[in-house]
Amino acid sequence: MTNHWIDIRNSDVILIMGSNPAANHPIAFKWITAAMEKGAKLICVDPRFTQSASKAHIYAPLRSGTDIAFLGGMIKYILDNNLIHEEYVKNYTNATFLVNPAFKLPGDNKGVFSGLQGKKYDKATWSYQTDGSGRIKKDMSMKNPNCVFQLLKKHYDRYNVDVVMRITGTPKEKLIEVYKEYASTYKPDKVANILYAMGWTQHTVGTQNIRTMCIIQLLLGNMGVAGGGVQAMRGESNVQGSTDAGLLFHIWPGYLGAPTASLKTLKEFNEKRTPKTKEPNSLNWWKNFPKYSASFLRAMYGKNATLEEAYSYMPKLDDGANYSWLMIFDQMYKEKFTGFFAWGMNPACSGAHSNKVRQALTKLDWLVNVNLFDNETGSFWRGPGMDPKKIKTEVFMLPCASSVEKEGSISNSGRWMQWRYKAVNPPGVALPDADIMNELYYKLKELYEKDGGPLKEAVLKMTWNYGKKDAAGRVHHIDPHAIAREINGFFLEDKKVENPTKKGEFKEFKKGDPVPTFAWLQDDGSTSSGTWIYCGSYADKGNMAARRGTKDPSGIGLYPEWAWAWPVNRRIIYNGASVDLKGKPWDVKCPVIVWDGSKWVGDVPDGVGDPGAGRPPFIMKPDGVASIFGPGLADGPFPEHYEPLECPVEQNLLSPQKSNPVIVRFDEPGVGSDIDTYSGVTSCDPRYPFICSTYRVSEHWQTGVLTRWCPWLAEMQPGMFVEMSRELAKERGISNGEKVIVKSPRGEVEATAIVTPRFKPFNIDGNIIHQVGIPWHFGWITQPRAKSRYGPNDKRPEVFTAGDAANLLTPTIGDANTMIPESKAFMVNVVKKGVK
Amino acid sequence: MSENIKLFDISKCTGCRGCQLACKQWNQLRAKQTRMRGTYQNPPDLQPNTYLIMRFQEVEDSKGLRWYYRHQACMHCSDAACVKVCPSGALYYSAFNTVGLSHEKCIACKECVSACPFDIPRFDERTDKIYKCDMCESRIANNLEPACVKACPTGALKWGDKDRLVKAAYKRAKELGDGAYVYGDKFVDGTHLVYVLQEKPGMYAALPKSPSVPLSIVLWKDVLKPLSILAAGGVLAGSFFHYIIHGPKTPDEDTSTKTEGGE
Repeated sequence: MTNHWIDIRNSDVILIMGSNPAANHPIAFKWITAAMEKGAKLICVDPRFTQSASKAHIYAPLRSGTDIAFLGGMIKYILDNNLIHEEYVKNYTNATFLVNPAFKLPGDNKGVFSGLQGKKYDKATWSYQTDGSGRIKKDMSMKNPNCVFQLLKKHYDRYNVDVVMRITGTPKEKLIEVYKEYASTYKPDKVANILYAMGWTQHTVGTQNIRTMCIIQLLLGNMGVAGGGVQAMRGESNVQGSTDAGLLFHIWPGYLGAPTASLKTLKEFNEKRTPKTKEPNSLNWWKNFPKYSASFLRAMYGKNATLEEAYSYMPKLDDGANYSWLMIFDQMYKEKFTGFFAWGMNPACSGAHSNKVRQALTKLDWLVNVNLFDNETGSFWRGPGMDPKKIKTEVFMLPCASSVEKEGSISNSGRWMQWRYKAVNPPGVALPDADIMNELYYKLKELYEKDGGPLKEAVLKMTWNYGKKDAAGRVHHIDPHAIAREINGFFLEDKKVENPTKKGEFKEFKKGDPVPTFAWLQDDGSTSSGTWIYCGSYADKGNMAARRGTKDPSGIGLYPEWAWAWPVNRRIIYNGASVDLKGKPWDVKCPVIVWDGSKWVGDVPDGVGDPGAGRPPFIMKPDGVASIFGPGLADGPFPEHYEPLECPVEQNLLSPQKSNPVIVRFDEPGVGSDIDTYSGVTSCDPRYPFICSTYRVSEHWQTGVLTRWCPWLAEMQPGMFVEMSRELAKERGISNGEKVIVKSPRGEVEATAIVTPRFKPFNIDGNIIHQVGIPWHFGWITQPRAKSRYGPNDKRPEVFTAGDAANLLTPTIGDANTMIPESKAFMVNVVKKGVK
Repeated sequence: MSENIKLFDISKCTGCRGCQLACKQWNQLRAKQTRMRGTYQNPPDLQPNTYLIMRFQEVEDSKGLRWYYRHQACMHCSDAACVKVCPSGALYYSAFNTVGLSHEKCIACKECVSACPFDIPRFDERTDKIYKCDMCESRIANNLEPACVKACPTGALKWGDKDRLVKAAYKRAKELGDGAYVYGDKFVDGTHLVYVLQEKPGMYAALPKSPSVPLSIVLWKDVLKPLSILAAGGVLAGSFFHYIIHGPKTPDEDTSTKTEGGE
């Protein structure tokens, strides 16, 4: 989230699209309701009339996978009616930048941007015109045909409301109603907010869905202000924290791009990852990259190695290779792995094309399942269709502590790092995850010491000061405070450092002193910091995440003494854009920061210099301004509508290019495996005529590993269902409550039909298209018929649930940038059980 | 002491069912095996182990599509038919003017089941007792709100002073307009669960349009009461002979369907 949960109450218009917070983020509605009590308007756009839709002033249905068409139409509406926050757009975005005249838009280039070579873009033309000194040329009048603003206008001019309606199936009057309401917030004292979740990300154009909304928020001047921004509602309580801490393959902690094999030295790595700019007033915060990479390497190896050595120990990605989820299981299926840790994960249900995942697990020598309960992954060998006698995989179950059985922090969607205390001891031999890792570490260390091995220093030189040590120097229990202190960072030597905000003022630090904020981190190896964006969370004043202060001097719900928000306890990021060039808040009734004559008060200011200093506020962008033109993505600097890979239409009504041109197709030779199949890619497949989306219910969580075992929750949502319209049910002779089979080319699941007016057939360019939806929380292990599979000492659920994983149906196709699977728009068939 | 009520504003309810779960948790009610029947509503109805359910209901007409989530639990009438008919004092008016239930005193006569205008009390064949919401008497006696109110994220449920909340309810209904109204304060001398509703009375499933204490009970209790004491002796004697002749009671088809939840 750019803002935070409480801040939703400051919005005038709230758009729920690609999410269903009423069911899946129930607490969000505390703040949505608070906003509505003050007169805010709620809009919900969703293929299905959801619990959130039932609370909305305006509900607009759209066919799954057509969000860019829907929002592209909104951009056109905003531009046609001149509903932009002009001063904001001119000064705080790259709308005025002049683009390379050779750059071509999809409308002039058969549906793709200039530079497409095979399945990849050469981005040479996605560049700016520069003057002799390298500065980007701008046209402050925004009239030059090559300026970003004019290109944007031209690009979305194709997205007229008639074509949008034919693509999305949204009634025309609903489109206009939504556009009008949302765009009304272009006025400086009106703010709109957007709440999204997996309904936007799980598409082959997922990243671009979000980009489209960012462009809208920038045009309306809604970024950085109270009640505005773009809110990613996380699907797991600590998904924000784990991503911040570098969970994903392509980043180190704190979003430092991971090194690739061709970057041989730390210098080359820093050079490659540190952006440069010629814009005179731009702060270009990422220029500090070398300080953060050095501090991270120190957190890994301390002074056991030089920075250069430490860099050499770190794993490198093969250039151009992708190690995301779909790739891992493809490689596993191809027998490229011997062992696998499923740690707090249930890929046999959560992985797209779960049949492929389950098959892949059979190819392992060993599997370690770390979880609270046995699950479909740990017990895959005795799952449906498996013959245990023929499976070689040896499975180890390591029971671990739940969140209330250990101490530590979680970071919520609003970037608040909140400390949690241990309430009870874990049962039996269960251990906190960190203690399990501790055991693993010492075992690996022992083996490397004894047997050696390639790059053994990577393990042997690692620092491990995470708790009390015995006489032999071994830690037995991990102290979460020690980890939190390492994440914050400390000085490794006595050092006198110039105050980064006051030239000429120096401060002396002693070895071991915590680093006050990331501005004090050094690139010479004198500081250590595990995750630079968390620097300041555990400093002079101790554990900031444990704070529980309830003062709100701002009056806008910032609560700066409650826990701690990264970065530097800033509650609303990009807030430097909430004031005009002279430093006056756009919205004087709801200001985020205010200049009191000598300093900023309110939230921790972001990027803004003293009023009138002329510093552009988006300091994380090299040029200091927000990107309406975004050349960083793999699939285009402007979002363009492409159909989902599996889709119910013959053609993309906007261009001859049907689907995203740069996605990785697993059915192509040399890419995926024999088991990867799709339907309806080039032409509609009559065997799978209906669109399907997966989603969640309030009562279950993720694959249900925790919730299916909770009798009260299983009682409320006891099994797999498929929601469908009355019209579709009639067509297929299905009554409410009947058992049906949902099929895709990859698998099938049994479900109970919920026949409901909340799904309506779409009129897509004159054709009637049906969509259905299924929850993804179920799995065979808690089914009654799995009884025969339980051993005598196995735990059985008190309340059984019906059905297996929704992901048995989903395709192995991912977003062009992130590779997140397209689970929100794929094709299925639905038949009554027993009917062929 | 001021009199408190629970106010449920249907316009603010998102159907998250935090209240339904909190009720089970506070009262330590066991879950039963249910099955998906084509609706999110589960268990299908109130049960001896379910004092509160959220009723999911779709309404579609010329005004468009609506999806309602109605919080159904004991209404805690001020003039409570169940208390009136209860011969043993198991059902009683608590110190908080809610309707309490003492299982020790329940003699399984099931009079309350037929008397309740809201169809709330549930009889359990296995324990031979009546079960229903007691407005978390153990909590409100300690100045805590009922568990369901505590769990509500949106403020759809509120616990507080009767006069204040009824006033707030009328204000809210006026704000909502379009036929919204307050349900509960005008009959049975006022209920302690009051609703702000958005549809006309009678549109909501399992919610009576104009509930009242059945006339037969009024006649019985208020007019013929003196005679009832005499009659009670006769009932007990009759029950004794019934037991001697027919043996102990076995669950009948009808009630077991209700208690087994969804199957």
